[in-house]
Amino acid sequence: MGASQSVRTEHEFQDVADRTGFSLEQIGNLNKRFRQLSKNEETLSRQDLASISALDNNPLRAQIINAFFDKRNLRENEAGTVQVIGFEEFLMVMSHFRPAAMHITEEEREKLRREKLRFVFNMHDTDSDGTITLEEYRRAVEELLSKAGTIGQETAKAIADAAMLEVASTTRGKMEPDEFYEGITFENFLQILKTFDIETRMHIRFLNMDTATMRCGK
Amino acid sequence: MPAFSCAFPGCRRDLLVIVLVVFVGIGLPIEASAPAYQSHGTEGSHLTNITNTKKAFPVLAVNYEHVRKPFEIALWILLALLMKLGFHLIPRLSAVVPESCLLIVVGLLVGGLIKVIGEEPPVLDSQLFFLCLLPPIILDAGYFLPIRPFTENVGTILVFAVIGTLWNAFFMGGLLYALCQIESVGLSGVDLLACLLFGSIVSAVDPVAVLAVFEEIHINELVHILVFGESLLNDAVTVVLYNLFEEFSKVGTVTVLDVFLGVVCFFVVSLGGVLVGAIYGFLAAFTSRFTSHTRVIEPLFVFLYSYMAYLSSEMFHLSGIMALIACGVVMRPYVEANISHKSYTTIKYFLKMWSSVSETLIFIFLGVSTVAGPHAWNWTFVITTVILCLVSRVLGVIGLTFIINKFRIVKLTKKDQFIVAYGGLRGAIAFSLGYLLSNSHQMRNLFLTAIITVIFFTVFVQGMTIRPLVELLAVKKKKESKPSINEEIHTEFLDHLLTGVEGVCGHYGHYHWKEKLNRFNKTYVKRWLIAGENFKEPELIAFYRKMELKQAIMMVESGQLPSVLPSTISMQNIQPRAIPRVSKKREEEIRRILRANLQNNKQKMRSRSYSRHTLFDADEEDDVSEVRLRKTKMEMERRVSVMERRMSHYLTVPANRESPRPGVRRVRFESDNQVFSADSFPTVHFEQPSPPSTPDAVSLEEEVPKRPSLKADIEGPRGNASDNHQGELDYQRLARCLSDPGPNKDKEDDDPFMSC
Repeated sequence: MGASQSVRTEHEFQDVADRTGFSLEQIGNLNKRFRQLSKNEETLSRQDLASISALDNNPLRAQIINAFFDKRNLRENEAGTVQVIGFEEFLMVMSHFRPAAMHITEEEREKLRREKLRFVFNMHDTDSDGTITLEEYRRAVEELLSKAGTIGQETAKAIADAAMLEVASTTRGKMEPDEFYEGITFENFLQILKTFDIETRMHIRFLNMDTATMRCGK
Repeated sequence: MPAFSCAFPGCRRDLLVIVLVVFVGIGLPIEASAPAYQSHGTEGSHLTNITNTKKAFPVLAVNYEHVRKPFEIALWILLALLMKLGFHLIPRLSAVVPESCLLIVVGLLVGGLIKVIGEEPPVLDSQLFFLCLLPPIILDAGYFLPIRPFTENVGTILVFAVIGTLWNAFFMGGLLYALCQIESVGLSGVDLLACLLFGSIVSAVDPVAVLAVFEEIHINELVHILVFGESLLNDAVTVVLYNLFEEFSKVGTVTVLDVFLGVVCFFVVSLGGVLVGAIYGFLAAFTSRFTSHTRVIEPLFVFLYSYMAYLSSEMFHLSGIMALIACGVVMRPYVEANISHKSYTTIKYFLKMWSSVSETLIFIFLGVSTVAGPHAWNWTFVITTVILCLVSRVLGVIGLTFIINKFRIVKLTKKDQFIVAYGGLRGAIAFSLGYLLSNSHQMRNLFLTAIITVIFFTVFVQGMTIRPLVELLAVKKKKESKPSINEEIHTEFLDHLLTGVEGVCGHYGHYHWKEKLNRFNKTYVKRWLIAGENFKEPELIAFYRKMELKQAIMMVESGQLPSVLPSTISMQNIQPRAIPRVSKKREEEIRRILRANLQNNKQKMRSRSYSRHTLFDADEEDDVSEVRLRKTKMEMERRVSVMERRMSHYLTVPANRESPRPGVRRVRFESDNQVFSADSFPTVHFEQPSPPSTPDAVSLEEEVPKRPSLKADIEGPRGNASDNHQGELDYQRLARCLSDPGPNKDKEDDDPFMSC
């Protein structure tokens, strides 16, 4: 990392910029935020993220925090989580939320889709075995409806089951009664969300982010 | 390609029908307008007869004056609908020519015929238009406005609506004034304000025309909502500009103060309209909270409150269209949570019906008014107007998109821009506004002619060519969306995810505010406006229930599974091992016990059948009991084999039921009842809830009061929604499977639950 704790050279930022695709300005803003969250440390821990008040009412709070520490999202092809992350890893996770540029080729668009869907897939696939089993999907839907009271919990199972059935039907078509559908693989996941335009929906406007709109995360 | 070349009988017959329809349709209103003098004659002679001589009591008399007005109205509407019917019978025509064009042509024909007869063809009365014909169309559009794309693009839509319309008005007005200054045109009497007034009338994109044309081309959601949203929101601008220039052209001069007041007026008109609409919307939502006992009048509340919103805002010269849209948008989520399913269907169909009739009438009247209206033709002026319309629209769209794209994530491509520009159709609103111009305007007739020409041009030329152009340019079409629960789950998932990540970034962006609004909505607003406990239900669950309801209804109507989920994949494929497998020995035991039960029951039934309390009809006692016995025996044996199969299988999610086996249902209820209540159910070694405690058993006993068992009529399914949900979620319990939970769970049964 940098020579001094508080100053990062343009050169290093440029390097990160190339790799993650952010502009220098965006990286500067995100760096400020990183400093804020980590209380001027070099690394960010789970506690730092857990203390953000804006996440309190979010049903996906635990999963979001986990996603930041998930090795799979940090471009390492291993499973498991890390305890702390540095600024670069923070940026790497954030880069999943970049909007698509205006003129991109079909290939780039496809690549972007895969990247973003991979992020969502990793959030569902908690045991990192490459498939989303029924149990994992159920848990995901339950978490999603966890703020909905008792009605949510009962129907969460039914919804997850119906969703799973849909995936199975769409991807496998016919199955014998004694065949077993193990779980949603990444390819299946891509297939069922084919018409879901995630590359346009999953983005944050980093451009408008500056210290004026940033609040002190408590 | 002539129609005669097609297959003989069907084609001929269709043609005949169409010709008949056309003649009848055209003949009717002519007959209606040929009015009064006939009935006057009869009246006169009547009176004289009565005073002079005592005449025989008139058995049959004609009194047309009495019913004239409603008769004519009904005839016109009938004509409109017959025409519409006729068009759709001609296969080729409706694919090539948009309906609006055909209707205008019919209007022209009718108007021409009326004129030939010598009568005065009715003109599209502005009051009739604005107060009766326009509101249903706008309400239909507003109530069913797709909220998500609208709010995502509201910035772009507003820019197009406000700035685009202003640009159009001033560009056209200014250039036309410049044109009028040229001596050779011969219009030097026209001053700037009159031209600007004309520009403001003709510059607004018309929602009726846009709806009529875009509905048929099925373009992608983004472009559709852009053009459509613009056509709705530019009403405020049009109202302000129109009133402004109308006032000024009377006075003749304009000062800076006036301009400033105009701007203020714009904000008042638009925001005021929205406010009025929102107030009425909340009133409607609040009223619907209490309608659980009077379901029949629920739709009326929706219609009346919306109409009142429109009239109230028109009263204050605010934008009625924006009020109507705001009312529909505000009231919809709450009203839909409160009203019954049937009321929802009623609202939907009535709105579609009224808006369809209105639209048809509007176009026909446009045609008739063209024939009727006083015309003043000036080649240069009219042609220039048409050209300028196109040019200013294209320039406006390109320029604005250039600026807007800097702020958009999903940029507008050139194709999108083209369709947005080309889809800017003018329609009846422009005509009515022009018609409203007082006669003191010396240019009124010229303006009217020019407006009509522009309307004709946009509707005919642009309307007809937009479809092939869309095909040619391969513009993205609307995606055929099957409601997919996975997509719905992920939509909600993404919302929360993005809100969370925004929180991590510390960025209070869109998702943050949306989340805040949702929470406010849930904790305060919904509590007041939604009846019962429904307000806690999140969107995903509501979606899921709606989907299940739809599938259940589909199953009832078609008698079989929907094709979405093939019956070969069921829960057993996904989760086969959750039920503990029963060992062979146990299976045998179960089988034995069930057969024993069957024997017991046979005996019991035999003894029972002679009791007075079990059968209604003493006469049928004997054969009824015999048949009953046989059927029950068959049923029991079948059930035993089903049990055996079911040991290793799973209950399915309700959406996966197989096709019904008709005729067996009723009997089964009866036999189930007997099984349980007979007290002969064996004590088995597995845990098993005692029969009355399972909700299904309870429902059985309620469902089968002492009735003769062989009633063939299938009882309508009750609202077992809650039963079902609980039931299907409990399939892990072996006991439930074995205790034959009854019709709701049994695989062969197909009575889907239906609430309401």
